[in-house]
Amino acid sequence: MIQWKRKDLLGLYDLSAEEIIFILDTAAEFKKVSERRVKKVPALRGMTVVNFFVEPSTRTRVSFELAEQRLSADIVNMQAQASSLLKGETLLDTVKNIEALQVDLVVMRHSAPGAQNFIADRLKCGVVNAGDGAHEHPTQALLDLFTIREKLGGFKGLNVSIIGDILHSRVARSNIWGLLKLGANVTVAGPSTLVPREFEELGVRVCHNLKDAVKDADVVNMLRIQHERQNSGFFPSIGEYSSWFGIKSATLQDMKPEALIMHPGPINRDVELAGEVADGENSVILEQVTNGLAVRMAVLFLVAGCRK
Amino acid sequence: MKEYLFKNARIIDPARNIDELGSIGVSEGKIVAPESLETPEIIDVGGKVLCPGFIDIHVHLRQPGNTTAETIASGSKAAAAGGFTSIVAMPNTNPAADTAGAIELLRRTAEKEAVVKVLPCGNMSKGGKGEEMAGIGSLKAAGVVAVSDDGKCIQDHALMRHVVEYAKSFDLPILDHCEEVTLAAGGVMNEGKWSVLLGMNGIAGASEELIIARNILFARQINWKIHMQHVSTAESVEMIRRARAAGIPVTGEATPHHLTLTDECVKTFDTNYKMNPPLRSESDRQALIRGVADGTITVIATDHAPHTATAKLVEFDHAPFGIIGLETAFAVCHTELVVSGVITLSQLIAKLTTGPAEVLGMKNYSLACGNPADFTILDTDLEYVINKNNFKSKSRNTPFDGRKVKGAVTMTVVDGRIVFRNGEII
Repeated sequence: MIQWKRKDLLGLYDLSAEEIIFILDTAAEFKKVSERRVKKVPALRGMTVVNFFVEPSTRTRVSFELAEQRLSADIVNMQAQASSLLKGETLLDTVKNIEALQVDLVVMRHSAPGAQNFIADRLKCGVVNAGDGAHEHPTQALLDLFTIREKLGGFKGLNVSIIGDILHSRVARSNIWGLLKLGANVTVAGPSTLVPREFEELGVRVCHNLKDAVKDADVVNMLRIQHERQNSGFFPSIGEYSSWFGIKSATLQDMKPEALIMHPGPINRDVELAGEVADGENSVILEQVTNGLAVRMAVLFLVAGCRK
Repeated sequence: MKEYLFKNARIIDPARNIDELGSIGVSEGKIVAPESLETPEIIDVGGKVLCPGFIDIHVHLRQPGNTTAETIASGSKAAAAGGFTSIVAMPNTNPAADTAGAIELLRRTAEKEAVVKVLPCGNMSKGGKGEEMAGIGSLKAAGVVAVSDDGKCIQDHALMRHVVEYAKSFDLPILDHCEEVTLAAGGVMNEGKWSVLLGMNGIAGASEELIIARNILFARQINWKIHMQHVSTAESVEMIRRARAAGIPVTGEATPHHLTLTDECVKTFDTNYKMNPPLRSESDRQALIRGVADGTITVIATDHAPHTATAKLVEFDHAPFGIIGLETAFAVCHTELVVSGVITLSQLIAKLTTGPAEVLGMKNYSLACGNPADFTILDTDLEYVINKNNFKSKSRNTPFDGRKVKGAVTMTVVDGRIVFRNGEII
């Protein structure tokens, strides 16, 4: 058993396989807590967590908030619109002001890649990355890993295909690092404009054909396609995207029968994922959401532990 | 005016192909034969290198508009500390240097406050907006040495063609910031493995290459000098190489940072690695070094771009482009290009003297008798660690702080006056 030594969780790129497994093991304990009638533990009692979202988020913020409540932390929520960033204060000044209020942890989402790395280097309090631009979304990847391990038992030799707008996806990047470190084979797939060849240099297979991407997959992780991408010339229309890269019931016939279908949400039903597949037997989408709570409790617990 | 005899110097004078021990006499601000001096102050150079003063044809002085970051006075001191005796001031000030009045103000301020020669450069288009031609004729009359829209690039090719034709008639070289904007839109770093890894918007190399191709076409058709600023990609170097071999009057400059750093540095999210054009891949960097070594790239220029600490201490996406370079250029290039054996010291000095002089059409830029006494003394053996807190610039935005280097500027002389000596502005 290793000892957790990081005051921040910024991404999976920096973590060792051992650290990732340690988080997943810790999350497994917290999952048991979530299944009890009394779901609250005093682990973070007396500690203050600020949820600082400089980019809008509903589900990740709610998941973090609930995780914090179940750990008995005191919580403050700050939105970019409500914060002083609009008045011309720099991000660093804003978070230093938050820290000066004796806050223990900042959970932050920001549109700029590396914004959390930038502030974590300059703060004594812990920083948990809840998504920084297209860079990393470590807790999402950890809950994906948790779900895969729970369902399939491990990662070695597993084929995982991530499909969609890989170029703009922090979920894809964090998943790539985590899966590669744990010994899985990763394929990224989607239109060539959204899945550039450079991804091969990260150690993954690049594929521009859905059938080829799903054929040997044990896990298919579908990403949400942003409607605004079609106006920036990456592909002609949502309809064309869906017809070439959306998973339909028929696609399942090209897949291993027991393959898992995952999605970080929110789903565009019948765009990247047919409704009946999202609700079907292969789908573990709602379990991902449940596991997200346990994973975030584990992450908050571990980084908070470095405060003492 | 004081007379000097600089004796016991290793004189390197690329224009005259000289590298030998000797003496230099200075009288009335000019270089004279040592024998002609009457009672000079004798300065023993101690075998150190004495070479023509460096010329930086790419400097942002931020005055008017952002004098918190730099002024004509502070920028000129940084130049002196870096061994530069002449600097070309880019026109993207606020307001822009697109009128004779703006140029006159710059010249008058420089005359009073600058310790080195500040050579004005005017805009090619009004306000640098790329829409209408600036008053290039009046700019010439006001004393500009070149025209440029640096920081921006004229996207309207018909306008650019007219600018080149018109500038030619006034004997003004074009210094072009080569950037096609749609391929750079929203980008903050080089498009490649590292932008993909970090999830950042990339600036494609093709953004620069398209405009370099355009400029080569115009330079050939109009037969006029177009200088490509801060060349950053392998393909750009190759296009310039072929164009020059075909006798087309184009030149290219490389910055010390593009020669020594790559896009991998961005993984630190340190905004001192954010500049435009961005740091490119290792293979681009190697191609740029080959271009410097084989004479394709004839100029090393800093693109000295001061920004306040406040402006730079932000998220990478939100930081302004640019770093300062005047006070680190020689040390960094000497360490990475000369000590490492890529080029000779004399070649490096040429890229900092005769190369830029040729772009500006300055004839006979050398230590020959009768020329202005603009020269620099270098200690090529001194090893030290760069410390940004010693800079004369008002800004500190450098990626080279803490870097171990070999080679220092120990004295800078402008028109026979010692303006910098052993770390101090005189």
